[in-house]
This record gives sequence, structure tokens and C-alpha cells, in this order.
Amino acid sequence: MERSLRQAIIVDHYQNPYHKGLVDDDRGEYIKNNTNSVSCIDNVDIMYKIKDGVILDIYFDGEACAISTSATSIMIHTLIGKTVKEARSYLKNYEAMIEERPYDKELLGELNAYEEIYLQPNRKKCALLPFESLKKVLDEIEEN
Amino acid sequence: MHREDFPMLKQDIVYFDNGATSLKPQVMIDAMVDYYSNHTANIHRGDYDAAIKTDALYDEAREVVKNFLHAESSREIVFTSGMTDGMNRIVFGFMKYQLKPGDEVLISKAEHASCAIPWYVLQEELGIVVRSVPLDSEHQLTIQNLESMISPKTKVISLSHITNVIGDVRDVEKIGEIAEKNHIYFVVDAAQSVSHVPVDVLKMKASFLVFSGHKMLGPTGVGVLYGKMDLLSKMRPLCYGGGMNEFFESTGEYKIREVPTCFEAGTPPIAEVIGLSRVIQYIESIGVENIHKHEVELKKYLVSELLKIPNIVLYNKSSESGILAFNIRGVFSQDTAVYLNHYHIYIRAGNHCSKMLKDDLNIKNTCRVSMHLYNTKEDVDKLVLALKNSEDIFKIIL
Repeated sequence: MERSLRQAIIVDHYQNPYHKGLVDDDRGEYIKNNTNSVSCIDNVDIMYKIKDGVILDIYFDGEACAISTSATSIMIHTLIGKTVKEARSYLKNYEAMIEERPYDKELLGELNAYEEIYLQPNRKKCALLPFESLKKVLDEIEEN
Repeated sequence: MHREDFPMLKQDIVYFDNGATSLKPQVMIDAMVDYYSNHTANIHRGDYDAAIKTDALYDEAREVVKNFLHAESSREIVFTSGMTDGMNRIVFGFMKYQLKPGDEVLISKAEHASCAIPWYVLQEELGIVVRSVPLDSEHQLTIQNLESMISPKTKVISLSHITNVIGDVRDVEKIGEIAEKNHIYFVVDAAQSVSHVPVDVLKMKASFLVFSGHKMLGPTGVGVLYGKMDLLSKMRPLCYGGGMNEFFESTGEYKIREVPTCFEAGTPPIAEVIGLSRVIQYIESIGVENIHKHEVELKKYLVSELLKIPNIVLYNKSSESGILAFNIRGVFSQDTAVYLNHYHIYIRAGNHCSKMLKDDLNIKNTCRVSMHLYNTKEDVDKLVLALKNSEDIFKIIL
């Protein structure tokens, strides 16, 4: 992916994030996860609605850098409607891309915008932030 | 001032993160290298030349710190691992045994984590009450607000001399007077003030005062806890072992040594103490007042230049120190820090360990410039130019 295209995707999702703003969850249908990490100042809440192995809805809110915010927005846009199994596949390939291991480029679509984030090692955790949240939530569901 | 004394500045960098840690002068590095290269020995145990020299330098360091702080006795100086260590010793080695449930401790929302969390833990453990003195519209502590919080239950005032985000210089002499008049312990966190403004424990009538070496041009891993002698003699060690006991027997009998040795169990950070001592002598040769004057002038210049840039938000224009918190409007602080790093300008982004301040600032994260003696007008000009041209920030950082 060209650098200018990567920048355009990231800036667009940063400035116009998808599903930003938390929802009222009176019925308790969402799982809420906070990404406040010890090494980073990003602090994002993500709410997942997952039923019968399908991701029905995700929202997020919080304060975060351009990379975390855009990665969260793209992740949400990508995963709504996908099965948990498919989400695991995105997670595995996305992590592989960030950690410079072989991955399925075709699958990741707009998430390829972070394909060169390894060049800035201190930003890798920003790009991984929403997927770390996803992993925790999927693990929790499996454990239960 | 004195840029040539700091080897890090041979690189093409603008170092504005002194609130986190400062750069080190060659004289301090040389003193530590000399210990490691020429007279490595433990303290207070050896009868050979290297040990005798090391003993003398270690003991002299306590005297150097005592004079620097204007303390009455070098026995009031305890070497610690840093400000955090010092605060924890005060709270859990002294206050835990002096305070009673319901006693009140006054802090502020601008305090560093190390000056808040130990008190909150003691609140949980002991049932003391920790109260925050409200800050004014400039996020600064006022004497009126402090006085309005004092009640017969107030037993401790625990405040930073200079806060690490707002950078306001608290009137510690006045606060010390108020504390003394009301029989209140006065605990001072001098981490951001020592080496930036004069620190005189007697004038401020401090019960205890703590700071770290590494923020004052000195080594990491060493700090100082000052306490009035009568208070230190009531303080309990949090660490027991070698070096701090007079004797111990298989019967379980033991006796600990006198203040301050009883607080320095195990082998202390010898090289660091020697480095700290050397750097204090270096600072005294320049004059703390001169450093303060230089930083305040530079900050005023920085503020005047940043006010000309419409999309820069300043949070603490008026505080009289070298600390300025700002944001580029609409840009997350970490993105600004990454952008400035592109121009080799080192600043700090985040909440700066003062996570309660967000209630007052209405923003969680800021960029912080924090200065020291080696910063120059040229450093400020480079920062201002980068911020003026920041409309392309995402093209640079992504």
C-alpha cells in the first residue's frame, strides 16, 4: 500500500471514527472492555455485542492517539457481522503483520494501513490496542 | 547555560523533558566512573585505601546534602532510592504509627502519584481521611484555599514544592508557618524544585522533605529523605538487614543503629551517592537562583511565542517555573510528541503521573515542556517553529 494511501485511511478514520460514542446498554447485551494500558496513555472503552458466535455490534469511546483511534475504528468497521471464528483469523493475521511475521494481506483490507508500523516500534502497541481488547473479550467468552 | 558540561547535548537534540529526568554533567559521570574504576569498595567495612576513600566520599555526601538543604545536622539526611521511596518511608514508617482514624491529610489534585497513592493506601489501612485542597482558576494552590481546609482534625499537609504539570511554586515558607502554628506535620515533595529553586528546610519549617537525584542532574537510583531529628528518631525502618544493626543473636535479640544508619540497610547506592554529592557541588557553583531566573525568562519567552500560534492551547501560562503544559488543538498529545521527535525535540506527552489533575484541567493528557539550565532561546525557537508548521503533522508521523 502506498504511503499516501495509508496516511489517508488513518487520518480519515481518526477524524471521522466509525461507531465512536458508547451506547446505553440497559439490557446488558454488550461486553465492555477498557484498554488503558500501563505503558501507554491511550484510554479507550470498547463495547461488544456478540451473540451465537457472531459479532453483531461494536462501539468505542475514549482518548487516544491517531493510530489507536483509527485502528479501533477500522477494526470495528471490519468486524461487525463477522463470526467469532473469522474475528480470530483477523486477529491472528493482524498481529502477524504488526510483528513482521507472514500474514494474509488480502484478508486484512484497510487494516493494511498499519503494514509499516513496525518501523516505529513505540507505535506498535498503539496499533495493537483494539485487537488486544478484542482478544481479551473473545478469550473471556470462550472461557465462559 | 553550561551546555558544554553535558555530553548528551553533543547530539543535535532539544531536551525539554527535565520534569521526567534531567541530563547529566560530565563531572557527575566522572565521579561515578572514578568510583567504579579506581576505588570500588563497600562502605564502613574495609580497612584498605580504596575503602577509606569511599567511606570519606560517602560521609562527605551527607554533609554536602545537609548544607545544600540548610538542615541542622547531617544525621537528618537519609539516602533513599528516590522520591517515591522517601514518601513511602514517611507514610508507612512514620505516619502509620502517629496518625489515628479520622485524622486528616491535606493534599491537592495536582500531586504526583507518589504523593497521593501512599496516603490513599494509609486511608484504607488506618481510616485516616485524605482531602484535596481546591485549586484556583489557574490550577494553582492558594494559601486561602489551604487555610479554609484546615480543621482540628488536620494532622498533615503533604504538598509538592513545585508541581510537575502546572509548575506553580508553592509558598512553602508560608505553608510551613501555618502548619507549625496548627501543630500539623508538613511533608514537602521537592522532586521538581530542588536544583530549580532554593530549598531551605528550616525556612519552610518542613517536617520531612523528599527528592530524587536524577531530576536534579544527578544519577538514577538515589534520592534523599530529610526529616527533623526528633521525627526521624520516631520513624521505623521499612527494611532490615546488614549495615543498620548494632548486633543480633540466635536468641532473636537485635538492636538497630541510630538515625540515619538505621534507615540504610544493605549496601547503599554508593556510586550514585558520590555522583549526587558531586552534582550538588556543581549546582552550587552555578547558583540555584541563577538557574531559576534563566528558566523563568525562557518560559516567558516560550509563552509569548506560543501565544502567537492560534491552534496552541496553554494550560499554565502564569506559573513561575520552567514548566509549560500545552496541546495543539484537536491533536492527541502523544501524536504531538511523536511529531516533535521527528525534529529531535524531546518533550513529554500524557498525564505525567498526575492523574487527578484531569478533574481540574478538563483534559486528561497534555504535552509538557520542562526546562533546565542548559535550555536556550534557540531550543525554544526550534520548538516554536515546529509547532507553527504542525498543520502537516499526520504526513510526518504516519
